[in-house]
Amino acid sequence: MRRLLYLLPVALFVAVAVYFLLALDPNRDPSRLPSAMIDKPTPVFALDGLAGGKGLSLDALKGQVVLVNFFASWCEPCRDEHAILMKLGKDSSVQLYGIAYKDKPEDTQRFLQQLGDPFRAIGLDQTGRTAIDFGVYGVPETYVIDKQGRIRLRHVGPLTEADVAKELMPLLKSLQNS
Amino acid sequence: MKHFLAFALLFATMMPALAVEPAERLADPAQEQRARALSGELRCLVCQNESIDESGAPLAHDLRVLLRERIAQGDSDAQAVKFLTDRYGEFVLLRPRIEPATYVLWFGPIAVLLIAGTGSAIYLRKRRLQPEAAPLSADEQARLDRLMKEGEG
Repeated sequence: MRRLLYLLPVALFVAVAVYFLLALDPNRDPSRLPSAMIDKPTPVFALDGLAGGKGLSLDALKGQVVLVNFFASWCEPCRDEHAILMKLGKDSSVQLYGIAYKDKPEDTQRFLQQLGDPFRAIGLDQTGRTAIDFGVYGVPETYVIDKQGRIRLRHVGPLTEADVAKELMPLLKSLQNS
Repeated sequence: MKHFLAFALLFATMMPALAVEPAERLADPAQEQRARALSGELRCLVCQNESIDESGAPLAHDLRVLLRERIAQGDSDAQAVKFLTDRYGEFVLLRPRIEPATYVLWFGPIAVLLIAGTGSAIYLRKRRLQPEAAPLSADEQARLDRLMKEGEG
């Protein structure tokens, strides 16, 4: 019994050391945080669209599994992920919508003319209020919304091929079948 | 001396740089004061170790304006803060709430101090209470005397 007591500090040390070791994982990004909006109803929004576009509102998304991507023409990582969005836009099983965050409509227009427009519809969030309602920290961010209108996934930063294959597509499939 | 005075004046009038822009301020000084106090307790999500009161990030600006709007509309402090925690989670609070999930955070250090302190106190007490060594028996004394003598010789 006494001996066990002497081992207690060693056990404590090991526990702390293991915790520190896990925290040193190079793949762990301490600035990346879980969203408070997961499994909550998507905030109500109704945004104007680009000239000739119909805009985007929550009502238009109801009853389907959708991807909502927050982007901006001034955002460099958004350019990086655009090729992947183009690929997703061509996939008929994916409902991809875009929200332009704090961007001038003419800049958004030019951005999409240069790189292509993968979105089924685009909403302009010029004040950034819709983004705040979603809990956006900064563009690009991508959200998955289920048929019941709940937010199921928040992806921070540009999407990569691996994110799409490992994270997005499996979730979209399982939500579509449910 | 002149230099010293100049420096003293400089340091005395130095103020932390504030990010709050004049246009953001509320007309009602009482409401503005509440907004300032609240925004000092709210984390800027972009810079993460600054409050939205200190941060120059655009999102911090938006959140300061939003907070003031809520207050101007008659939100209580708690309601205005809840508006943000609903969207960004408890992480926006620079001072975590005291609730079961944060008990370890708040009371852990005190608990460790108490446990370690009690342990040390018991150990030190026991050591002091230990009886002094028993006196040597006659045989031992004789042997000691002999050894001492040999050492001298």
